[in-house]
Amino acid sequence: MAFTTRVSIENLNLFYGDFHAIKGVQMQVPKNNVTALIGPSGCGKSTLLRCINRMNDLIEGTRLEGRIVIDDQNILSPETDVVLLRKKVGMVFQRPNVFDQSILNNLKFGLRIHRQMRSKTESMDLIQKGLEDVGLWDILKDRLHQNARQLSLEQQQRLCIARVLLLLPEVILLDEPCSSLDPIATMRIEELLRVLREKYTLVIVTHNMQQAARASDYTGFMYMGELIEFGATQGIFTAPRKELTENYITGHFG
Amino acid sequence: MRENFRKQINKLESRVIMMAQAVGTAIQLSVKALTERDMETAQKIIRDDDLINRQRWEIEEDCVNLIAMQQPVASDLREMISIMNIITDLERMGDHAEGIAKIVQLIGKEDPVTPFVDIPVMAEKVVAMLDKSMDAFSRRDAKGAEAICGLDDEVDALNDKVYHHMIQCMINQPQTVTRATYQIWASRNLERIADHVTNICERIVYLATGSMHKLPNTSKY
Repeated sequence: MAFTTRVSIENLNLFYGDFHAIKGVQMQVPKNNVTALIGPSGCGKSTLLRCINRMNDLIEGTRLEGRIVIDDQNILSPETDVVLLRKKVGMVFQRPNVFDQSILNNLKFGLRIHRQMRSKTESMDLIQKGLEDVGLWDILKDRLHQNARQLSLEQQQRLCIARVLLLLPEVILLDEPCSSLDPIATMRIEELLRVLREKYTLVIVTHNMQQAARASDYTGFMYMGELIEFGATQGIFTAPRKELTENYITGHFG
Repeated sequence: MRENFRKQINKLESRVIMMAQAVGTAIQLSVKALTERDMETAQKIIRDDDLINRQRWEIEEDCVNLIAMQQPVASDLREMISIMNIITDLERMGDHAEGIAKIVQLIGKEDPVTPFVDIPVMAEKVVAMLDKSMDAFSRRDAKGAEAICGLDDEVDALNDKVYHHMIQCMINQPQTVTRATYQIWASRNLERIADHVTNICERIVYLATGSMHKLPNTSKY
Protein backbone atom coordinates (compact mmCIF):
# COMPACT_ATOMS: atom_id res chain seq x y z
CA MET A 1 0.00 0.00 0.00
CA ALA A 2 1.67 3.15 -1.16
CA PHE A 3 0.51 6.11 0.89
CA THR A 4 1.82 8.74 3.28
CA THR A 5 0.88 8.01 6.86
CA ARG A 6 -0.92 10.85 8.65
CA VAL A 7 -1.75 9.06 11.90
CA SER A 8 0.20 6.06 13.10
CA ILE A 9 -1.57 3.82 15.60
CA GLU A 10 0.99 1.55 17.24
CA ASN A 11 0.11 -1.46 19.36
CA LEU A 12 -2.84 0.33 20.91
CA ASN A 13 -4.68 -1.26 23.84
CA LEU A 14 -7.59 0.34 25.64
CA PHE A 15 -9.24 -0.86 28.82
CA TYR A 16 -12.50 0.35 30.31
CA GLY A 17 -11.82 -0.87 33.85
CA ASP A 18 -11.29 -4.61 33.35
CA PHE A 19 -12.79 -4.67 29.89
CA HIS A 20 -10.18 -4.90 27.14
CA ALA A 21 -11.91 -2.87 24.41
CA ILE A 22 -9.08 -2.32 21.91
CA LYS A 23 -6.58 -5.12 21.48
CA GLY A 24 -3.16 -4.40 20.05
CA VAL A 25 -4.31 -2.35 17.09
CA GLN A 26 -1.67 -1.39 14.52
CA MET A 27 -2.94 0.91 11.81
CA GLN A 28 -1.52 3.57 9.54
CA VAL A 29 -4.11 6.17 8.56
CA PRO A 30 -3.30 7.38 5.03
CA LYS A 31 -3.00 11.10 4.43
CA ASN A 32 -5.59 12.80 2.20
CA ASN A 33 -7.74 9.73 2.01
CA VAL A 34 -11.01 8.58 3.53
CA THR A 35 -10.49 5.65 5.87
CA ALA A 36 -13.56 3.76 7.05
CA LEU A 37 -13.79 1.64 10.16
CA ILE A 38 -16.42 -1.08 9.94
CA GLY A 39 -17.48 -3.94 12.17
CA PRO A 40 -20.41 -5.15 14.27
CA SER A 41 -21.76 -3.07 17.16
CA GLY A 42 -19.42 -3.08 20.12
CA CYS A 43 -16.38 -4.11 18.09
CA GLY A 44 -14.46 -1.03 19.20
CA LYS A 45 -14.55 1.06 16.04
CA SER A 46 -15.95 4.20 17.71
CA THR A 47 -13.63 3.70 20.67
CA LEU A 48 -10.66 3.50 18.31
CA LEU A 49 -11.81 6.63 16.50
CA ARG A 50 -12.16 8.52 19.77
CA CYS A 51 -8.61 7.61 20.75
CA ILE A 52 -7.32 9.71 17.86
CA ASN A 53 -8.39 12.96 19.54
CA ARG A 54 -8.38 11.64 23.11
CA MET A 55 -12.15 11.80 23.51
CA ASN A 56 -12.01 8.68 25.67
CA ASP A 57 -10.19 10.72 28.34
CA LEU A 58 -13.64 11.91 29.32
CA ILE A 59 -14.68 8.38 30.32
CA GLU A 60 -13.61 7.46 33.80
CA GLY A 61 -11.61 4.27 34.26
CA THR A 62 -10.14 4.35 30.75
CA ARG A 63 -6.57 3.15 30.45
CA LEU A 64 -4.51 3.31 27.28
CA GLU A 65 -1.34 1.52 26.24
CA GLY A 66 0.61 1.97 23.02
CA ARG A 67 1.14 5.01 20.89
CA ILE A 68 -0.72 7.19 18.46
CA VAL A 69 1.73 9.33 16.53
CA ILE A 70 0.76 12.50 14.70
CA ASP A 71 3.54 14.76 13.43
CA ASP A 72 6.21 12.79 15.32
CA GLN A 73 4.40 13.31 18.58
CA ASN A 74 2.78 10.60 20.67
CA ILE A 75 -0.57 12.23 21.33
CA LEU A 76 -1.28 9.81 24.17
CA SER A 77 1.53 11.25 26.29
CA PRO A 78 0.38 13.29 29.30
CA GLU A 79 2.16 16.37 27.98
CA THR A 80 -0.15 16.61 24.97
CA ASP A 81 -2.25 19.76 24.91
CA VAL A 82 -5.62 18.11 24.36
CA VAL A 83 -7.35 21.33 23.31
CA LEU A 84 -4.79 21.90 20.60
CA LEU A 85 -4.98 18.24 19.61
CA ARG A 86 -8.75 18.48 19.15
CA LYS A 87 -8.24 21.53 16.97
CA LYS A 88 -5.85 19.59 14.78
CA VAL A 89 -8.04 16.48 14.88
CA GLY A 90 -11.64 17.65 14.52
CA MET A 91 -14.68 15.51 15.11
CA VAL A 92 -18.17 15.22 13.65
CA PHE A 93 -20.78 13.23 15.54
CA GLN A 94 -23.70 10.96 14.77
CA ARG A 95 -26.36 13.60 15.25
CA PRO A 96 -25.61 17.15 14.18
CA ASN A 97 -24.91 18.97 17.44
CA VAL A 98 -25.62 22.54 16.47
CA PHE A 99 -26.16 25.06 19.25
CA ASP A 100 -29.54 26.68 19.70
CA GLN A 101 -28.17 29.89 18.29
CA SER A 102 -27.66 31.65 14.98
CA ILE A 103 -25.75 29.98 12.18
CA LEU A 104 -23.12 32.67 12.54
CA ASN A 105 -22.68 32.11 16.28
CA ASN A 106 -22.37 28.40 15.69
CA LEU A 107 -19.50 29.07 13.34
CA LYS A 108 -17.85 31.68 15.53
CA PHE A 109 -17.97 29.44 18.57
CA GLY A 110 -14.94 27.33 17.76
CA LEU A 111 -12.97 30.35 16.66
CA ARG A 112 -13.70 32.00 20.02
CA ILE A 113 -12.77 28.92 22.07
CA HIS A 114 -9.51 28.61 20.28
CA ARG A 115 -8.94 32.37 20.38
CA GLN A 116 -8.85 32.43 16.63
CA MET A 117 -11.11 35.44 16.28
CA ARG A 118 -9.31 37.84 14.04
CA SER A 119 -10.57 41.04 12.50
CA LYS A 120 -14.21 40.97 11.49
CA THR A 121 -13.39 40.71 7.79
CA GLU A 122 -10.86 37.98 8.39
CA SER A 123 -13.32 35.92 10.41
CA MET A 124 -16.03 36.44 7.83
CA ASP A 125 -13.66 35.32 5.08
CA LEU A 126 -12.90 32.21 7.07
CA ILE A 127 -16.59 31.55 7.70
CA GLN A 128 -17.42 32.04 4.03
CA LYS A 129 -14.62 29.67 3.04
CA GLY A 130 -15.86 27.04 5.53
CA LEU A 131 -19.43 27.26 4.29
CA GLU A 132 -18.26 27.12 0.69
CA ASP A 133 -16.26 23.98 1.40
CA VAL A 134 -19.39 22.20 2.63
CA GLY A 135 -21.59 23.60 -0.13
CA LEU A 136 -23.71 25.83 2.15
CA TRP A 137 -22.53 29.35 1.36
CA ASP A 138 -24.92 30.07 -1.49
CA ILE A 139 -27.86 28.72 0.48
CA LEU A 140 -27.08 30.40 3.78
CA LYS A 141 -25.20 33.59 2.99
CA ASP A 142 -28.31 35.74 3.44
CA ARG A 143 -29.61 33.81 6.45
CA LEU A 144 -26.60 33.74 8.73
CA HIS A 145 -28.59 35.17 11.64
CA GLN A 146 -31.26 32.49 11.43
CA ASN A 147 -31.28 29.87 14.19
CA ALA A 148 -29.20 26.86 13.13
CA ARG A 149 -31.82 24.44 14.48
CA GLN A 150 -34.18 25.55 11.71
CA LEU A 151 -31.94 23.99 9.09
CA SER A 152 -32.57 20.50 7.70
CA LEU A 153 -30.64 17.71 9.42
CA GLU A 154 -28.36 17.41 6.42
CA GLN A 155 -27.64 21.15 6.46
CA GLN A 156 -27.05 20.97 10.22
CA GLN A 157 -24.54 18.18 9.70
CA ARG A 158 -22.83 20.19 6.96
CA LEU A 159 -22.74 23.16 9.33
CA CYS A 160 -21.07 20.96 11.96
CA ILE A 161 -18.47 19.95 9.39
CA ALA A 162 -17.95 23.62 8.46
CA ARG A 163 -17.51 24.43 12.15
CA VAL A 164 -14.71 21.88 12.31
CA LEU A 165 -13.13 23.17 9.09
CA LEU A 166 -12.92 26.73 10.42
CA LEU A 167 -10.33 25.60 12.94
CA LEU A 168 -8.14 24.46 10.06
CA PRO A 169 -7.84 20.85 11.25
CA GLU A 170 -5.65 18.31 9.52
CA VAL A 171 -7.56 15.19 10.43
CA ILE A 172 -11.35 14.92 10.67
CA LEU A 173 -12.99 12.08 12.57
CA LEU A 174 -16.59 11.27 11.70
CA ASP A 175 -18.60 8.98 13.94
CA GLU A 176 -21.52 7.66 11.87
CA PRO A 177 -22.15 11.11 10.44
CA CYS A 178 -25.02 10.01 8.21
CA SER A 179 -27.00 7.82 10.58
CA SER A 180 -29.68 10.46 11.12
CA LEU A 181 -29.90 11.41 7.43
CA ASP A 182 -32.07 10.09 4.61
CA PRO A 183 -30.41 8.26 1.68
CA ILE A 184 -30.22 11.31 -0.59
CA ALA A 185 -28.69 13.52 2.11
CA THR A 186 -26.35 10.63 2.94
CA MET A 187 -25.10 10.47 -0.63
CA ARG A 188 -24.55 14.21 -0.69
CA ILE A 189 -22.46 14.01 2.48
CA GLU A 190 -20.51 11.12 0.94
CA GLU A 191 -19.78 13.29 -2.10
CA LEU A 192 -18.63 16.02 0.28
CA LEU A 193 -16.19 13.61 1.94
CA ARG A 194 -14.65 12.92 -1.48
CA VAL A 195 -14.06 16.63 -1.97
CA LEU A 196 -12.75 17.20 1.56
CA ARG A 197 -10.13 14.47 1.34
CA GLU A 198 -8.18 16.62 -1.09
CA LYS A 199 -7.32 18.89 1.84
CA TYR A 200 -7.85 16.73 4.89
CA THR A 201 -7.35 13.23 6.20
CA LEU A 202 -10.69 11.70 7.10
CA VAL A 203 -11.57 8.72 9.28
CA ILE A 204 -15.19 7.61 9.33
CA VAL A 205 -16.89 5.05 11.52
CA THR A 206 -19.92 3.56 9.90
CA HIS A 207 -22.20 0.62 10.56
CA ASN A 208 -23.28 0.90 6.97
CA MET A 209 -20.95 -1.30 4.95
CA GLN A 210 -22.23 0.03 1.64
CA GLN A 211 -21.31 3.50 2.80
CA ALA A 212 -17.77 2.38 3.60
CA ALA A 213 -17.56 0.83 0.13
CA ARG A 214 -18.89 3.93 -1.59
CA ALA A 215 -17.18 6.67 0.34
CA SER A 216 -13.81 5.40 1.51
CA ASP A 217 -10.42 4.71 -0.01
CA TYR A 218 -9.22 2.43 2.79
CA THR A 219 -11.20 0.21 5.13
CA GLY A 220 -10.40 -1.37 8.46
CA PHE A 221 -12.58 -4.23 9.66
CA MET A 222 -12.75 -4.60 13.44
CA TYR A 223 -14.08 -7.48 15.46
CA MET A 224 -14.11 -7.82 19.25
CA GLY A 225 -11.56 -5.07 19.74
CA GLU A 226 -9.13 -6.32 17.13
CA LEU A 227 -8.34 -4.86 13.75
CA ILE A 228 -8.84 -7.98 11.67
CA GLU A 229 -8.01 -6.55 8.28
CA PHE A 230 -6.97 -3.21 6.86
CA GLY A 231 -6.50 -2.39 3.21
CA ALA A 232 -7.67 -0.55 0.11
CA THR A 233 -11.48 -0.49 0.13
CA GLN A 234 -11.54 -1.94 -3.37
CA GLY A 235 -9.63 -5.02 -2.20
CA ILE A 236 -11.63 -5.44 1.01
CA PHE A 237 -14.92 -5.40 -0.89
CA THR A 238 -13.90 -7.57 -3.83
CA ALA A 239 -11.40 -10.04 -2.38
CA PRO A 240 -10.79 -9.71 1.36
CA ARG A 241 -7.84 -11.71 2.65
CA LYS A 242 -9.40 -12.83 5.92
CA GLU A 243 -12.33 -15.22 6.19
CA LEU A 244 -13.83 -13.23 9.06
CA THR A 245 -13.92 -10.09 6.88
CA GLU A 246 -15.49 -12.06 4.02
CA ASN A 247 -18.16 -13.46 6.35
CA TYR A 248 -18.97 -10.05 7.76
CA ILE A 249 -19.21 -8.10 4.53
CA THR A 250 -21.20 -10.84 2.78
CA GLY A 251 -23.58 -11.03 5.73
CA HIS A 252 -22.71 -14.67 6.44
CA PHE A 253 -21.66 -13.85 9.93
CA GLY A 254 -21.65 -16.22 12.89
CA MET B 1 -25.32 13.68 -6.80
CA ARG B 2 -22.85 10.85 -7.04
CA GLU B 3 -20.87 12.95 -9.47
CA ASN B 4 -17.76 10.94 -8.89
CA PHE B 5 -19.56 7.70 -9.73
CA ARG B 6 -21.04 9.22 -12.89
CA LYS B 7 -17.58 10.37 -13.95
CA GLN B 8 -16.22 6.88 -13.46
CA ILE B 9 -19.01 5.36 -15.56
CA ASN B 10 -18.41 7.92 -18.32
CA LYS B 11 -14.73 7.05 -18.31
CA LEU B 12 -15.55 3.36 -18.62
CA GLU B 13 -17.84 4.11 -21.56
CA SER B 14 -15.03 5.95 -23.35
CA ARG B 15 -12.71 3.02 -22.74
CA VAL B 16 -15.24 0.60 -24.23
CA ILE B 17 -15.46 2.78 -27.33
CA MET B 18 -11.66 2.95 -27.55
CA MET B 19 -11.46 -0.83 -27.24
CA ALA B 20 -14.03 -1.15 -30.05
CA GLN B 21 -11.90 1.13 -32.22
CA ALA B 22 -8.86 -1.06 -31.61
CA VAL B 23 -10.90 -4.13 -32.55
CA GLY B 24 -12.22 -2.41 -35.70
CA THR B 25 -8.68 -1.55 -36.74
CA ALA B 26 -7.54 -5.14 -36.14
CA ILE B 27 -10.36 -6.45 -38.35
CA GLN B 28 -9.57 -4.03 -41.18
CA LEU B 29 -5.85 -4.73 -40.99
CA SER B 30 -6.34 -8.50 -40.88
CA VAL B 31 -8.32 -8.47 -44.13
CA LYS B 32 -5.84 -6.07 -45.71
CA ALA B 33 -3.04 -8.46 -44.70
CA LEU B 34 -5.03 -11.32 -46.21
CA THR B 35 -5.63 -9.65 -49.55
CA GLU B 36 -2.03 -8.41 -49.78
CA ARG B 37 -0.45 -11.52 -48.18
CA ASP B 38 1.33 -9.13 -45.81
CA MET B 39 3.10 -11.28 -43.20
CA GLU B 40 4.42 -8.36 -41.21
CA THR B 41 0.98 -6.88 -40.61
CA ALA B 42 -0.36 -10.35 -39.76
CA GLN B 43 2.37 -10.72 -37.17
CA LYS B 44 1.54 -7.31 -35.71
CA ILE B 45 -2.17 -8.16 -35.38
CA ILE B 46 -1.31 -11.37 -33.54
CA ARG B 47 0.99 -9.49 -31.21
CA ASP B 48 -1.46 -6.62 -30.61
CA ASP B 49 -4.30 -8.94 -29.70
CA ASP B 50 -2.74 -9.08 -26.24
CA LEU B 51 -3.42 -5.36 -25.89
CA ILE B 52 -7.09 -5.92 -26.70
CA ASN B 53 -7.25 -8.77 -24.19
CA ARG B 54 -5.63 -6.60 -21.56
CA GLN B 55 -8.16 -3.81 -22.15
CA ARG B 56 -10.94 -6.29 -21.60
CA TRP B 57 -9.53 -7.42 -18.23
CA GLU B 58 -8.88 -3.89 -17.09
CA ILE B 59 -12.39 -2.69 -17.93
CA GLU B 60 -13.92 -5.79 -16.36
CA GLU B 61 -11.93 -5.28 -13.18
CA ASP B 62 -13.06 -1.67 -12.96
CA CYS B 63 -16.68 -2.78 -13.46
CA VAL B 64 -16.34 -5.31 -10.63
CA ASN B 65 -14.86 -2.64 -8.36
CA LEU B 66 -17.61 -0.16 -9.21
CA ILE B 67 -20.30 -2.76 -8.55
CA ALA B 68 -18.72 -3.67 -5.20
CA MET B 69 -18.10 -0.12 -4.11
CA GLN B 70 -20.90 1.93 -5.62
CA GLN B 71 -23.74 -0.61 -5.54
CA PRO B 72 -25.26 0.59 -8.83
CA VAL B 73 -28.97 0.05 -9.43
CA ALA B 74 -31.39 0.50 -12.35
CA SER B 75 -29.76 2.05 -15.43
CA ASP B 76 -26.37 2.26 -13.69
CA LEU B 77 -26.50 -1.46 -12.92
CA ARG B 78 -27.66 -2.28 -16.45
CA GLU B 79 -24.75 -0.27 -17.77
CA MET B 80 -22.22 -2.23 -15.71
CA ILE B 81 -23.73 -5.55 -16.82
CA SER B 82 -23.91 -4.40 -20.44
CA ILE B 83 -20.32 -3.19 -20.47
CA MET B 84 -19.09 -6.48 -19.03
CA ASN B 85 -20.88 -8.37 -21.79
CA ILE B 86 -19.92 -5.96 -24.56
CA ILE B 87 -16.21 -6.18 -23.76
CA THR B 88 -16.38 -9.98 -23.80
CA ASP B 89 -17.82 -9.82 -27.32
CA LEU B 90 -15.22 -7.24 -28.36
CA GLU B 91 -12.45 -9.44 -27.06
CA ARG B 92 -13.77 -12.42 -29.04
CA MET B 93 -13.99 -10.23 -32.14
CA GLY B 94 -10.32 -9.40 -31.60
CA ASP B 95 -9.63 -13.14 -31.45
CA HIS B 96 -11.35 -13.59 -34.82
CA ALA B 97 -9.19 -10.82 -36.33
CA GLU B 98 -6.19 -12.66 -34.93
CA GLY B 99 -7.64 -15.84 -36.47
CA ILE B 100 -7.63 -14.18 -39.89
CA ALA B 101 -4.02 -13.05 -39.32
CA LYS B 102 -3.08 -16.67 -38.58
CA ILE B 103 -4.77 -17.75 -41.81
CA VAL B 104 -2.58 -15.18 -43.60
CA GLN B 105 0.44 -16.98 -42.16
CA LEU B 106 -0.93 -20.37 -43.27
CA ILE B 107 -1.57 -19.17 -46.82
CA GLY B 108 1.89 -17.60 -47.04
CA LYS B 109 2.76 -15.98 -50.35
CA GLU B 110 0.55 -18.30 -52.40
CA ASP B 111 -2.13 -16.81 -54.60
CA PRO B 112 -5.74 -17.22 -53.50
CA VAL B 113 -8.02 -19.70 -55.27
CA THR B 114 -9.91 -16.77 -56.73
CA PRO B 115 -9.20 -13.09 -56.04
CA PHE B 116 -10.67 -11.80 -52.78
CA VAL B 117 -13.84 -9.95 -53.68
CA ASP B 118 -16.52 -10.77 -51.11
CA ILE B 119 -14.27 -11.00 -48.04
CA PRO B 120 -13.17 -7.31 -48.15
CA VAL B 121 -16.84 -6.34 -48.57
CA MET B 122 -17.71 -8.43 -45.50
CA ALA B 123 -14.94 -6.72 -43.53
CA GLU B 124 -16.27 -3.30 -44.50
CA LYS B 125 -19.76 -4.30 -43.44
CA VAL B 126 -18.74 -5.73 -40.04
CA VAL B 127 -16.61 -2.70 -39.21
CA ALA B 128 -19.52 -0.43 -40.18
CA MET B 129 -21.79 -2.53 -37.95
CA LEU B 130 -19.32 -2.17 -35.09
CA ASP B 131 -19.05 1.61 -35.53
CA LYS B 132 -22.82 1.95 -35.63
CA SER B 133 -23.19 -0.21 -32.54
CA MET B 134 -20.82 2.05 -30.59
CA ASP B 135 -22.77 5.07 -31.78
CA ALA B 136 -25.99 3.44 -30.54
CA PHE B 137 -24.22 2.53 -27.28
CA SER B 138 -23.17 6.09 -26.55
CA ARG B 139 -26.64 7.40 -27.41
CA ARG B 140 -28.56 4.60 -25.63
CA ASP B 141 -30.35 4.08 -28.93
CA ALA B 142 -32.32 0.82 -28.79
CA LYS B 143 -33.91 1.30 -32.22
CA GLY B 144 -30.55 2.05 -33.80
CA ALA B 145 -29.12 -1.09 -32.19
CA GLU B 146 -31.97 -3.23 -33.49
CA ALA B 147 -31.53 -1.87 -37.02
CA ILE B 148 -27.88 -3.00 -37.06
CA CYS B 149 -28.97 -6.63 -36.90
CA GLY B 150 -30.35 -6.35 -40.42
CA LEU B 151 -26.79 -5.89 -41.64
CA ASP B 152 -25.85 -9.21 -40.04
CA ASP B 153 -28.06 -10.92 -42.63
CA GLU B 154 -26.05 -9.30 -45.42
CA VAL B 155 -22.82 -10.60 -43.91
CA ASP B 156 -24.36 -14.08 -43.55
CA ALA B 157 -25.41 -14.00 -47.21
CA LEU B 158 -21.87 -13.10 -48.28
CA ASN B 159 -20.45 -15.87 -46.11
CA ASP B 160 -22.82 -18.33 -47.80
CA LYS B 161 -21.70 -17.07 -51.17
CA VAL B 162 -17.99 -17.50 -50.34
CA TYR B 163 -18.66 -20.97 -48.91
CA HIS B 164 -20.52 -22.25 -51.96
CA HIS B 165 -18.08 -20.68 -54.35
CA MET B 166 -15.11 -22.30 -52.58
CA ILE B 167 -16.84 -25.70 -52.46
CA GLN B 168 -17.36 -25.40 -56.20
CA CYS B 169 -13.67 -24.59 -56.66
CA MET B 170 -12.69 -27.62 -54.61
CA ILE B 171 -14.91 -29.88 -56.70
CA ASN B 172 -13.57 -28.47 -59.96
CA GLN B 173 -9.91 -28.28 -58.91
CA PRO B 174 -9.13 -30.63 -56.01
CA GLN B 175 -5.61 -29.18 -55.74
CA THR B 176 -7.23 -25.99 -54.33
CA VAL B 177 -8.78 -27.77 -51.33
CA THR B 178 -6.31 -26.40 -48.76
CA ARG B 179 -6.31 -22.82 -49.99
CA ALA B 180 -10.08 -22.78 -50.51
CA THR B 181 -10.55 -24.08 -46.95
CA TYR B 182 -8.45 -21.17 -45.65
CA GLN B 183 -10.68 -18.75 -47.54
CA ILE B 184 -13.78 -20.35 -46.01
CA TRP B 185 -12.20 -19.98 -42.57
CA ALA B 186 -11.45 -16.30 -43.12
CA SER B 187 -15.01 -15.69 -44.23
CA ARG B 188 -16.35 -17.66 -41.28
CA ASN B 189 -14.31 -15.47 -38.90
CA LEU B 190 -15.95 -12.37 -40.34
CA GLU B 191 -19.38 -13.95 -40.11
CA ARG B 192 -18.77 -14.69 -36.39
CA ILE B 193 -17.60 -11.10 -35.85
CA ALA B 194 -20.95 -9.87 -37.18
CA ASP B 195 -22.72 -12.23 -34.74
CA HIS B 196 -20.79 -10.68 -31.87
CA VAL B 197 -21.91 -7.22 -32.98
CA THR B 198 -25.47 -8.55 -32.81
CA ASN B 199 -24.81 -9.65 -29.22
CA ILE B 200 -23.51 -6.16 -28.45
CA CYS B 201 -26.70 -4.70 -29.91
CA GLU B 202 -28.78 -6.94 -27.64
CA ARG B 203 -26.90 -5.49 -24.67
CA ILE B 204 -27.52 -1.95 -25.91
CA VAL B 205 -31.25 -2.69 -26.10
CA TYR B 206 -31.06 -4.05 -22.54
CA LEU B 207 -29.15 -0.98 -21.39
CA ALA B 208 -31.65 1.39 -23.00
CA THR B 209 -34.88 -0.42 -22.19
CA GLY B 210 -34.22 -3.04 -19.52
CA SER B 211 -35.55 -5.73 -21.82
CA MET B 212 -33.33 -8.78 -22.20
CA HIS B 213 -34.06 -10.67 -25.41
CA LYS B 214 -32.51 -12.11 -28.53
CA LEU B 215 -32.72 -9.78 -31.51
CA PRO B 216 -34.29 -11.34 -34.59
CA ASN B 217 -32.01 -12.22 -37.46
CA THR B 218 -32.09 -14.92 -40.04
CA SER B 219 -28.65 -16.29 -39.30
CA LYS B 220 -28.27 -19.91 -40.32
CA TYR B 221 -25.31 -20.38 -38.01
